[in-house]
Amino acid sequence: MITFESVTKRFADGTTAVDNVDLEVPEGDLTVLVGPSGCGKTTTLRMVNRMIEATSGRIVVDGRDVAQVDPPELRRRIGYVIQQTGLFPHRTIGENIATVPQLVGWDRRRTRDRVGELLELVGMPAEVRDRYPHQLSGGQRQRVGVARALAVDPPIMLMDEPFGAVDPIVRSRLQDEFLRLQQEVRKTIVFVTHDIDEAIKMGDRIAIFRQGGHLEQYAPPDELLAEPASDFVADFLGAERGLKRLALIPVSAVKAESGPVVTPDDPGQRAVAAAEAYGSDWVVVVDADRRLLGWVHAGEAAERGRVGDAEVRPFQLQVLAADSLRAALNAMVQSRTGVAVRVSDGDRYEGIVTMELLSKEIS
Amino acid sequence: MTDGPAPVLAAELIRWSWVGDHLDDIRGYLFQHVELTGLALLFGIVLAFPLALAAVRWPRLYGPILAFTGVLFTIPSLALFILLIPFTGLSIRTALIGLTIYTLLILVRNMVEGLRGVDRDVREAAQAMGFSATRQLFQVELPLALPVIMAGVRIATVTTIGLVTITALIGWGGLGRLFIDGFTLDFTTPIVVGIVLSAALAFAADLLLVAVQRQLTPWARSRRS
Repeated sequence: MITFESVTKRFADGTTAVDNVDLEVPEGDLTVLVGPSGCGKTTTLRMVNRMIEATSGRIVVDGRDVAQVDPPELRRRIGYVIQQTGLFPHRTIGENIATVPQLVGWDRRRTRDRVGELLELVGMPAEVRDRYPHQLSGGQRQRVGVARALAVDPPIMLMDEPFGAVDPIVRSRLQDEFLRLQQEVRKTIVFVTHDIDEAIKMGDRIAIFRQGGHLEQYAPPDELLAEPASDFVADFLGAERGLKRLALIPVSAVKAESGPVVTPDDPGQRAVAAAEAYGSDWVVVVDADRRLLGWVHAGEAAERGRVGDAEVRPFQLQVLAADSLRAALNAMVQSRTGVAVRVSDGDRYEGIVTMELLSKEIS
Repeated sequence: MTDGPAPVLAAELIRWSWVGDHLDDIRGYLFQHVELTGLALLFGIVLAFPLALAAVRWPRLYGPILAFTGVLFTIPSLALFILLIPFTGLSIRTALIGLTIYTLLILVRNMVEGLRGVDRDVREAAQAMGFSATRQLFQVELPLALPVIMAGVRIATVTTIGLVTITALIGWGGLGRLFIDGFTLDFTTPIVVGIVLSAALAFAADLLLVAVQRQLTPWARSRRS
């Protein structure tokens, strides 16, 4: 756990970079510090490992006031990842990852084994061990940066815009990979970014800073989007706050409606009745095992006499329980039916999600 | 055409028999040349290193340090040796003090530029990993500054090889002694031998330093592959 107690940083020229911040980063959580440039988020991060010294207040890491710990010793127990990765260009990938183990005096074999383990953990092939950083792509370097920070398995990690220097596609993949990794390693992480979408995606909790080092709001992303504490926060979150919230909520959070359902062998009149009862002009078609087949116009089914004789149109997009409501919304707007169909892993029909259900959830 | 001795200077640039007769002398001069150059560089590096570190640590010192080594560099070499004679006589110390002083400007400047040129992110990462200042200097900053420092060492070496010949005037000089011999005897052979050998020495030394640098910076080597 990391606790900031009334921490202030004033630079020699008189500017206040961080203004009386109180913040608690729970064990095993990823806390994102986000805000416009000059808001003190990076300064806040760097006070944790004393790259910058606080002017007043206390920062407590695992029960110890960092001001009482010798900086090199403190830093070896805190993983650090920075934007351009800061890999040592004169050391091979293996040597880079082995940096902290060497500093704390691990023996050769233990270090070597650990390097192999870490390369695997971040999804890098073993051959890269003897390459130099400039021989790797930006995304690969970033993974090595993470591996290096994890080398001695520090309980705490500081990450300063770690995915800032790669293109959006690679960034998104690195974010996903890192979230999976974090599920496994459960580090206490402080993560700095200026990108609110990255903050919402990555953070268990988000601290929004504004210029002058004021902490405006500190809350889980969902709460932040639902109830921004100030106009500044609302502005910073952007106009599509509702959409961003939808991205955070899983489909399983809303109770799917059963909807009008028929099988191909049902008579057309049955489809008309089901559609009328539901208030639509279409019905969902499933087979005897409730596997989703598609949908048909109720009227067309009635004309043909049997549901299976009408044209069964597929739902282009289906959602799983674990997908976000944003994915469900996307499925709705892309379907003529105006609803999203929820299926299980085995393509079994579980119900439909409607716009009303969505707006009930986020308002 | 008249008989009589051929005009020596015009007819032959080099008389091989003289070279054969004086091989031991030439070899001795060459060794002395290498010795003076090597020692001057060694002392130069030892002196320049703390100066460069101070200049990097306290940037305000850099100006004065450069100015001081620059002034030393501009003293005409002959004058410098003459100035030193009252203190250190005609000993090897006189030669070495002079030669060392001339290496300082180039060495200090390249060391400072090399160390300053180390990427800020890399330096910060080292600090954040928990390197102590000394370890960071020797394990991260110096290796990365090495290409620029070695460039300075190469220039200083070639310059010194040329300058060593001047110390012939105070009784040292390595291959420079051949120039004095040739001049006093009005005889080109030793002069040619001196020029060829000191040029070859400079060339060989430079090649050697390039090879050393390649050995010390394997990461830069793979950059081309």
